[in-house]
Amino acid sequence: MNIATQDGSRAPSRLSRLVTRHGRIAPALLFLAVFFVLPVSMLFGLSFLDSDGTLTLEHYQRLWDKPVYMKVLGITLKTAAWTTALCILGGYPIAYLLATVAKTTRARLTILVLMPFWTSFLVRTFAWIVLLGRKGAVNTFLLDIGVIEQPIKMIFNFTGVMIGMSHALMPLAVLTMLSVMEGIDANLSKAGSTMGARGGQTFWRVYFPLSVPGIAAGGMLVFITSLGFFITPALLGGARDSMIVQTIIFQIKEILNWGFAGAIGVLLMVAVLIIFFVYDKLLGLSTLSGGEAKRATSLSKNPIGYVGAQVGGMFTRGMGTLFEWIGLAIERIFPRRADKRHADSGRIAIWAVGLLMMAFLALPALFIIPVSFTESGFLGWPPQGFSLKWYQALADTPVWANAALRSFTVAILASSLGMLLGVPAAFMLARSSFSGKGAVFAFLVSPIIIPNIFIAVGLFFLYAKIGLVGTTIGLILGHTVLAIPYVVITVLAVVKGYDQNLDMAAFTLGANRKQTLLRVTLPMIRSGMIAAFMFAFIISFDELTIALFVTGGEVTTLPKQMWDDALLRVSPALAAVATLLLLFMSAFILVSEIIKRRAAKRS
Amino acid sequence: MSGENIKLKIRSLRKTYGSVVALDSADIDLRDGEFLTLLGPSGSGKSTLLWAVAGLNDPDSGQIWIDGREATHLPPFQREIGMVFQNYALFPHMTIGQNIGFPLEMRKMNRIDREKAVMRVLDMVKLGHVAARYPQELSGGQQQRIALARAFVYEPSIILMDEPLGALDKKLRDHLQLEIKHLHEQLGVTIMYVTHDQEEAMVMSDRICLMNNARVEQIGTPEDLYFRPSTVFAADFLGESNLVDGVIREANGNGSSVEIGGAGLTRALPNPNLGVGERVKLMTRPEAIDVLGTGESRPNEVSGTLREVIVGGGATKLFVELQGGATMRVTQLTRGAAERLSPGAELRLGWEQHAAVVLKHAELESEL
Repeated sequence: MNIATQDGSRAPSRLSRLVTRHGRIAPALLFLAVFFVLPVSMLFGLSFLDSDGTLTLEHYQRLWDKPVYMKVLGITLKTAAWTTALCILGGYPIAYLLATVAKTTRARLTILVLMPFWTSFLVRTFAWIVLLGRKGAVNTFLLDIGVIEQPIKMIFNFTGVMIGMSHALMPLAVLTMLSVMEGIDANLSKAGSTMGARGGQTFWRVYFPLSVPGIAAGGMLVFITSLGFFITPALLGGARDSMIVQTIIFQIKEILNWGFAGAIGVLLMVAVLIIFFVYDKLLGLSTLSGGEAKRATSLSKNPIGYVGAQVGGMFTRGMGTLFEWIGLAIERIFPRRADKRHADSGRIAIWAVGLLMMAFLALPALFIIPVSFTESGFLGWPPQGFSLKWYQALADTPVWANAALRSFTVAILASSLGMLLGVPAAFMLARSSFSGKGAVFAFLVSPIIIPNIFIAVGLFFLYAKIGLVGTTIGLILGHTVLAIPYVVITVLAVVKGYDQNLDMAAFTLGANRKQTLLRVTLPMIRSGMIAAFMFAFIISFDELTIALFVTGGEVTTLPKQMWDDALLRVSPALAAVATLLLLFMSAFILVSEIIKRRAAKRS
Repeated sequence: MSGENIKLKIRSLRKTYGSVVALDSADIDLRDGEFLTLLGPSGSGKSTLLWAVAGLNDPDSGQIWIDGREATHLPPFQREIGMVFQNYALFPHMTIGQNIGFPLEMRKMNRIDREKAVMRVLDMVKLGHVAARYPQELSGGQQQRIALARAFVYEPSIILMDEPLGALDKKLRDHLQLEIKHLHEQLGVTIMYVTHDQEEAMVMSDRICLMNNARVEQIGTPEDLYFRPSTVFAADFLGESNLVDGVIREANGNGSSVEIGGAGLTRALPNPNLGVGERVKLMTRPEAIDVLGTGESRPNEVSGTLREVIVGGGATKLFVELQGGATMRVTQLTRGAAERLSPGAELRLGWEQHAAVVLKHAELESEL
């Protein structure tokens, strides 16, 4: 092709290019192969082996024979389906509000959604115990005003699980739907109204159909994530609300039946894959990352899509007409006058519902704070008196300080390692084109799609063979597996947004590669890199599933210690830990948001 | 012009966004069947005005009357207007047929009539074969024609167009300008059109409303605005102009006599607002100025030195420095190199009285 091929001495350019490429992405791939693919495959492999190591289907036979496991799968699917429905219903008004307000307002309101998203699941679950327990804030309040005479049972049953899980996952639904809604041209609704469509018609006929890919993507992510849940059902549910992951944990921790645990895992995995497959056929997986939905044209060619489109069309037309009638009725009662300004009642309703839902997301965690200062030995509402004794108790127990210190160390090291592996990979994904790029990206982010429990159990098994169980190193490596996807996604977005002409300009001005990287590229994307690091930090700092399996004895992390304590009793001491954690995480999130904003402003 | 064929009446309309005044004291009458263009630089308030007429923003004060009915604060869907957006705003999840049928459906027209009407307008924009396609499958120019069809199909009282050709390339734009103009003539609809392209405004409009700094600067026919601008801004925004400092020495109904720095007295069109002794700008169009040969003469003459000659295709620009130091541009048809003047030559320039307009003195914000 060029002179280099004719001139033998410079021929290896292609080979050296290949090496530099692999040099950038190979470490991340290799790392995930060893600490992600290997353990997960080992776990699935185990499900086909009996205790002597010979091939067998006995575990699957048992799954099939004992109705209890199918029942648990049924409960899991039911819980996930309800959680999904609630998250979409409750999250849609928030996402709609965020997508349709001015940019600066959106930035502020988004923090209200992000804060609970990044606040520890454990802390939020404790908050619901404080609120909804027999002597919780809600029951106390209702008793005081005389609405009820007996406390209502709101937790340790399915209601509790639903409240806890929809609270935990609604931000995920909101953020996913928002990414689609932000792409809906605001002029479309305006065009609809100039053509004579009332607010309700415009929404149902124009806006809503365009937001469906967001609903599907959000619903899908919530559903898949719910399938792997165990914290909320364990702490807020009753015995009959056990989900499949709890069964896996039981099989391993109590019965040590690896093969059978693996078989249950395969069952869950198959369920997840079927859902992914159907989703991809209908809407295309790219919508999950905010990409465009499959064209209506291609959709109408497959039969499921065609029926769906017909039913959807009937639904939106029906809703449009219904809301038009409501609008007309309102106008009949309060006629619009052309010579006076009007408050937009539809808009007010959206604000009211949106803010209410955001309050549901943001406020409960705050109830933890007053309870941690109680003098009483129980978690009751209202807190009795004021005392610092629970904080004193924490200070006196070295186990908490040690756990906090370990969590901190692990998070710093895991996110650093994640950056070391993820940043070069992200650079390469953003800047070079090579075959199989999509697959490489999918592989790098797959640890966040696959339920953590597989990684946790698989690592436990792998570590047992190589002596890493109960070590800090093992924990760091495990958390790095989870950190890599977040680093790759965040850095990829930043690098893609970076104008490479700036590098070219630096080259023409006489800077070499290294100088360009250090003096031009990195300063420009610094904020994005910091955000990626903080992302990874929080993921590790708050991680429970892997910690549950690969830690042991003295080596414990803050979430693990909280979990162990909570299983015994949710005490005011735990509320004190949760308060400290809440304050620390909030500060952390605020700082990372500010940094992210600054980065966004610059690019 | 009698009161009943005023389609749109705007009175002292004002709109602010926070502390920014986007539109102030706008008064406009739009006649039935008229094509009025709101022309101005970005931020001049033209889109704010259009959106207020559409009901897409709520004015602070003033009134809007559509077809004799007050509509100031009515929602868009009660106004019987049509709007064409710059980015087309076609619904991506509906076919072309469904897009165009949408306003009819909102008006509860039955399906059969609807389909007939859709086909009729599709034929009108020469896209009868695309009814079953989706907007993304069409080119930009086709999408814009569909957007036009969608606004025409329900025969709204007024059609508003917000820079509808802004996203298209030059050739397609020229083509669609004529197409919109022809649709307007055939159907006799009333159109309010926004653009920042002065050539587009000149080509298409019956009247132009020139806007600047949130206010209406001048309303008139393209000819009025071009030959009789009322302000320095108007003279500068439309076409090219020579603006030379001067002082009025004599003024009456037949004309004004203006002394331009060092170049003597010239005669210009009358301007009743400017009296003797006032500092003014004398405006002439470069193509209205002739280079005089020996023996030729004009009512107004000045002499100067040719400083620069620029051949720009069909037209050649001459930059002539007058004796007083001011520079005048002269545009001529391009001639062969042999006949072309060279810099340094001493020239006499001349123009008719009606080619010169006196304007109240003002400095341009964008002085080159």
